[in-house]
Amino acid sequence: MSTQLLTIEDVAVELPTPRGNLRAVDHVDLSLGAGRTLGIVGESGCGKTMLSRAILQLLPKKAKLSGRVMFDGQDLVRLAPASLRRLRARDLAVVFQDPMTSLNPVLTIGTQLMETIQEHLELDAPAARKRSIELLAAVGIPAPEQRLAQYPHQCSGGMRQRIAIAIALSCEPKLLIADEPTTALDVTIQAQILDLLAREQRRRHMAMIIITHDLGVVAGRADEVAVMYAGRVVERAPTQALFKRMHMPYTEALLAAIPKLETAPHTPLPAISGRPPDPTRPLRGCSFAPRCRYAAGACREAKPELKSAEMPDHLYACFHPIQMAEGIGA
Amino acid sequence: MMQLVVRDEPLLHVDNLVVEYGLGNKTVHAVSGVSLHVARGETLGLVGESGCGKSTLGRAVLQLRRAKSGRVLFDGEDLTAMGGEALRRMRRRVQLIFQDPIASLNPRRRIGDIVAEPLIIAGVKDGTERKRRVHEVLAAVGLDPDLVAGRLPHEFSGGQCQRISIARSLVLNPEFIVCDEPVSALDVSIRAQILNLLEEMKARFGLTLLFIAHDLAVVKAVSDRVAVMYLGRLCEVGPSEQLFAKPAHPYTGLLLQAIPVPDPDVRPAESVATGEPPSPIAPPSGCRFRTRCPRADQRCSAEMPELREVAIGQFAACHHPLA
Repeated sequence: MSTQLLTIEDVAVELPTPRGNLRAVDHVDLSLGAGRTLGIVGESGCGKTMLSRAILQLLPKKAKLSGRVMFDGQDLVRLAPASLRRLRARDLAVVFQDPMTSLNPVLTIGTQLMETIQEHLELDAPAARKRSIELLAAVGIPAPEQRLAQYPHQCSGGMRQRIAIAIALSCEPKLLIADEPTTALDVTIQAQILDLLAREQRRRHMAMIIITHDLGVVAGRADEVAVMYAGRVVERAPTQALFKRMHMPYTEALLAAIPKLETAPHTPLPAISGRPPDPTRPLRGCSFAPRCRYAAGACREAKPELKSAEMPDHLYACFHPIQMAEGIGA
Repeated sequence: MMQLVVRDEPLLHVDNLVVEYGLGNKTVHAVSGVSLHVARGETLGLVGESGCGKSTLGRAVLQLRRAKSGRVLFDGEDLTAMGGEALRRMRRRVQLIFQDPIASLNPRRRIGDIVAEPLIIAGVKDGTERKRRVHEVLAAVGLDPDLVAGRLPHEFSGGQCQRISIARSLVLNPEFIVCDEPVSALDVSIRAQILNLLEEMKARFGLTLLFIAHDLAVVKAVSDRVAVMYLGRLCEVGPSEQLFAKPAHPYTGLLLQAIPVPDPDVRPAESVATGEPPSPIAPPSGCRFRTRCPRADQRCSAEMPELREVAIGQFAACHHPLA
């Protein structure tokens, strides 16, 4: 579709390790329209962060990337470094998990914000300063003028994440990638930051990718969700459809393993036994088969393709999809 | 008669505990007059945001951080008055599980030695007895002792390291364990495994737990009662089901609303929580939550609310509790 802002085609990322090649991302296709939100959900090591780095072209030097990343009509994989740099600054922004390490500890907040603005929007210092203050106010920072002179360590984790968001929004990006933006934060602050992201997204008609391990974070906030496991997208659907009729046993297990507030204390949790496969030793069959309670012979022999069933926009990679009648309770 | 009284007493009784840290010439009021008890065989959940003093409280209970005032009665004996050998002997009965399972294991020592260390400290001289105990607890936490005892921590995943930490905490047959955010560093699927394991171990070894976490759903899954802490004070304490169904303190209500629900039909409530916790260096007068509380009025800044019983077994420290 030509209306998509971002189209990822057959993207694979391999990292050489002493134990052999590690396939971090295993042939992923995704697309995202302007102003839409995609949630990418999965556990540590499932490749969700590497996928976002592949979109941003921020992979480690040794990594081998194949496939196409079409953003706004250009293939980022083949873009010259100078154009890529301009694009990343203005149209493509990112907010990382840890706001302490993503901000420079020896520069004031004002310097970090104004640097970005002056460089990419070609404003002079007073105009950049004015714009910085507006941005800090927009992300809910009290007394923004005074904050400009402060250093990151003088701010709380929530404040730092707001500042990182202000920097990311400073050049009015078309796409914002938020990689676990609230994982390091407390639950009340998490709610504030997610609200802030949603509000700014609506206001700016910006597309957003939220990467998280928490299905709860994407449930109310993403238009579409992609569930990743062992480097592959194993289920992808509009959010409502995914939660109502999930087909992939991994998605079901992931949701069931979350402790629910409605459940009585001391109820054993339906845990997923075992752990994800070693990414340097790919399995012949479905990567989830060793932990899957529905797995049969075929699952260990061949990899299920990501395909749709009754609904064209609901894709899953499973030989024995769940036929769900009602939501699963824990 | 004395015997009877002692039997009925809670295993742990924290009485008006105050813990403060010096920071330059300022004072951090980490725990400011907390009283609570944990009955034998019970799990008390302790929740609150970062910096609320929950970990400090856990450490002060174990005397890893000495209190400025107040008492910690364990099985009738005041730990705050103990020192040296008496405290060391008592520590066999109380253990701690940390948040970061990898950082809490010495990377240069073998798993068998790490788990045996508490036995050595406790003076178990018999090597075969130590080996037997290590085998027993490693097997209990779901690891194969023959396979893991000779290996180093880096060979294990976070979930497995947390199993090893749990084994280490069990090796002295303790009665009471403080679990300080034991699953916050773990993935969803592994988190469920570890929570189930803790429940199993509790039943099998007859443990009493103080379970510290910031995730209310996690706390509810394992706790009989829950205590909510804010900026060094207890806001509310009560039976888990009751507290979650009918929170009385506005802060408990706010925490509950802020949890993301894995259901797309539940629209997230816009900005339920405003502001951030104030600094524990200069906590607000009166009720410490008043600066973020939608119900706060003049009384809240003038007068510190005491814990009052709002329903059977449920106590809240609030002048204007939720109906």
